[in-house]
Amino acid sequence: MEEKIIEAIGISKSFHDPLTVKVLTDVSFSVNKSEFVSIVGKSGCGKSTLLYILSTMDTSYEGMLLLDGISMKTKNDKELAQVRNEKIGFVFQFHYLLNEFNNLQNVMLPGLKFGKLTSKEVEHHAYEKLKILGIENEALKYPNQLSGGQKQRVAIARALINEPLIIMGDEPTGNLDKHNSDVVFNIFKELAEEYHQTLLIVTHDLDFAKKTNRIITMQDGKIIKTELS
Amino acid sequence: MKIKLIAQIAMALLMARFKQTIVAAFGVTFSITMFITLLSFMGGLNDLLDNLILNRTPHIRLYNEVSPSSIQPISKSEAYPDAYHFIAHVKPKNELPEIRNSEAIIKALREDNNIRGVAPKNTVPIFYHVGEISLTGILDGIDVDAENRLFTFKDYVVDGNSLDLKNTPNSIILGIGAAKKLLVQVGDNIQITTSNGTQFTLKVVGFFQSGMDELDKIQSYVTLATIQKILGKPASYITDIQIKLYDITKAPELTKKYNKLFETDAIDIQTANAQFETGSSVRTLISYAVGITLLIVAGFGIYNILNMMIYEKMDSIAILKATGFSGKDVNAIFITIALTIGLVGGIVGLIFGFGLSAIIGQIPFNTASLPTVKTYPINYNTKFYLIGAVFSLITTYMAGYFQSKKASKIDPVDIIRGK
Repeated sequence: MEEKIIEAIGISKSFHDPLTVKVLTDVSFSVNKSEFVSIVGKSGCGKSTLLYILSTMDTSYEGMLLLDGISMKTKNDKELAQVRNEKIGFVFQFHYLLNEFNNLQNVMLPGLKFGKLTSKEVEHHAYEKLKILGIENEALKYPNQLSGGQKQRVAIARALINEPLIIMGDEPTGNLDKHNSDVVFNIFKELAEEYHQTLLIVTHDLDFAKKTNRIITMQDGKIIKTELS
Repeated sequence: MKIKLIAQIAMALLMARFKQTIVAAFGVTFSITMFITLLSFMGGLNDLLDNLILNRTPHIRLYNEVSPSSIQPISKSEAYPDAYHFIAHVKPKNELPEIRNSEAIIKALREDNNIRGVAPKNTVPIFYHVGEISLTGILDGIDVDAENRLFTFKDYVVDGNSLDLKNTPNSIILGIGAAKKLLVQVGDNIQITTSNGTQFTLKVVGFFQSGMDELDKIQSYVTLATIQKILGKPASYITDIQIKLYDITKAPELTKKYNKLFETDAIDIQTANAQFETGSSVRTLISYAVGITLLIVAGFGIYNILNMMIYEKMDSIAILKATGFSGKDVNAIFITIALTIGLVGGIVGLIFGFGLSAIIGQIPFNTASLPTVKTYPINYNTKFYLIGAVFSLITTYMAGYFQSKKASKIDPVDIIRGK
C-alpha cells in the first residue's frame, strides 16, 4: 500500500448564483507519494474547481478532503493558511510574482512566512531551488525584467521553497509557447523523477498530460476515466 | 521574525506607490501642523487674556463693605415673625472701611499652608489737581515687595522703577492715563486731595499701565505707609487683604472659612470673574473642533490611498494568501502601511507645528494695552503635542482598519480564477 498524500472522498460542490449549478458530483480519488498526476477535461468540466478545493483555498464543498491523512474540514482560516504554506506548492497559469520584490525575495517569501529557518538559511535554499531551475543568474533581477518562461520558473522555485508534500499546478503552461512549455514540463518531470516530488497538474494540453504517470479525465463534474501511461 | 516579514512587505508596497504615500503622509503632516499651531496660538492668547485679569486679581480678597445693619428693629417685633419687612430705617454706621485686627489676621494667614502670599492694601478715593480743575482718582497703598511677588506689579510699571516707590518718601506711581492729563514727567510733584479735604504733595517716580484704559486714567499707587500718613491713620490701618493661593480651586471653600473666621467680607476669584472661565473654555473647544476636523479629513485621504492600493494589489494579496499568509497577516500588512503613513506624517507634522508656532511667536505684536507683550503669545504645552500624536495614530488606524479588513477578506480563488 502506497502512502496517500492527498485523498478526496465524495467531493461535491454547487454554485448558487444566479442558479444552482452542480459543478462537482461525488468526486473521489487519491494521489500517492511521488506520483505525477494530471487532470484533463474540457473548459467548464470542474477540473480547476476541484483543484482549488484540493488546495484548501476553497472551503465551501461537501465530502471529505484528507491531506497527509488529516481532514481539512475542521480547520480554520489560519490553520489552512499554515497548511498551504508548509505542505502545498502552487504554480498558476499566471506567475503572480510580486513586482516590488526581486526574484530571490519572491522565492523566499513563503519560506520566511514558514519561519522554521533563519532568513540566511532560507536565502540559501532559495538559491538552490533557482539553481535546479537554471535561473540562479536572474536571482537579483526583478520579475518584470524576465521573460514569461523565466517568470514561470521563478514561480516554480517559489512553490518548492518549503519542500511541500505536493505541488499543484493550474494550467502552468497555459500562457507559454511550445518551447517554454517543454522547458516547464521537463522541470516537472525532473522534480518527479529525481527529487520524488508529488505533482498534481490541471491542464487541457493533452500532449503534456500524456507524458505524466496518470491521467484523470473529467467531464461535467465527474471523473469519467483514469488511465496510467 | 514574522513582524519583520510583515513590515518588509508593507514597506515594499509603500515604496511601490511612493508618490501617493507621500501625498497621504503630507495630508497628515498638514493637519497635525495646523492642529498644533492652532492650539498653541489659541492657548497662548487664552493665557494672555486670562493673565490680564488673573495675574492682577487676588484669589481671595478680604474687605469691609459699607452696608446697613442686617438686624433692623422691626425684625425684633414679635407681631410679624414671618412677614416681609419694608421698613428699614437704621442706616449704615459711620464706620471706617478698615479691617479690624488686621495685623493678627495677616499673621494668621501667613502661617496657613494653602496660601502663597498675602498683600495688604489701602484704597482711598482722591482728587488730582491740574490747574483749576480736579480729576477724580483712586489711590492704592500697597506693599511693593508683596505686589511684585504676587501680582507682577513691576511688569506694569512702564516708566521709572517700582522699587523707587518704596525707597523715595512721599512718592507716587501714576496711571499713564492720569499722567497724560496732568502733563507730568517722572520727577515732577503733584497735588492730591482726599475725600475729607486733606491736601498732600507727592513726587512722581513712575507710570503704570494696566492694559485697561479706563483704569489707567484713575488709578495710582503709593506705599502703605504713605497712605496711612495722608489719612492720618496708624500703621495697622488696612482696608483690603489680598490673598494668593497655591491651588486656585480651593478659593471658594477658603473664602467661606475666612469670612466666618475673621468676620470680614470675602470674595473669591471664581465669583468675581466668572465670565473669563467661560470665554477660555469656548475658545479652546472651537480650536479642538477645528483641529480634529482637519485630522479626520486626513484620515479620509489615507482611506482612499489604501483603497486604491488594495485594488491595485489584488493579485499580490491573492498570491500571498495562496502561499500561506492568513487573512490576519494581510490585515497586519495594511494596518502597518496605514500606521506608517500616520506615524511619519504625524512626527513631521509635530516638528512643523512646533516650527510654525515658533515663527508665529516671533511676529511682533504691540498693543498699548499690553505693555509686557512684544510678540504673539504661544503656549508650548506638551499636552497639544500628545493629543496631536495620539489622534494622528487613531485616525490613520481607523482609516486603515476598514480597508485592511476588506483586504483580508479577499478570496484568492476569485482573483486567480478570474484571470
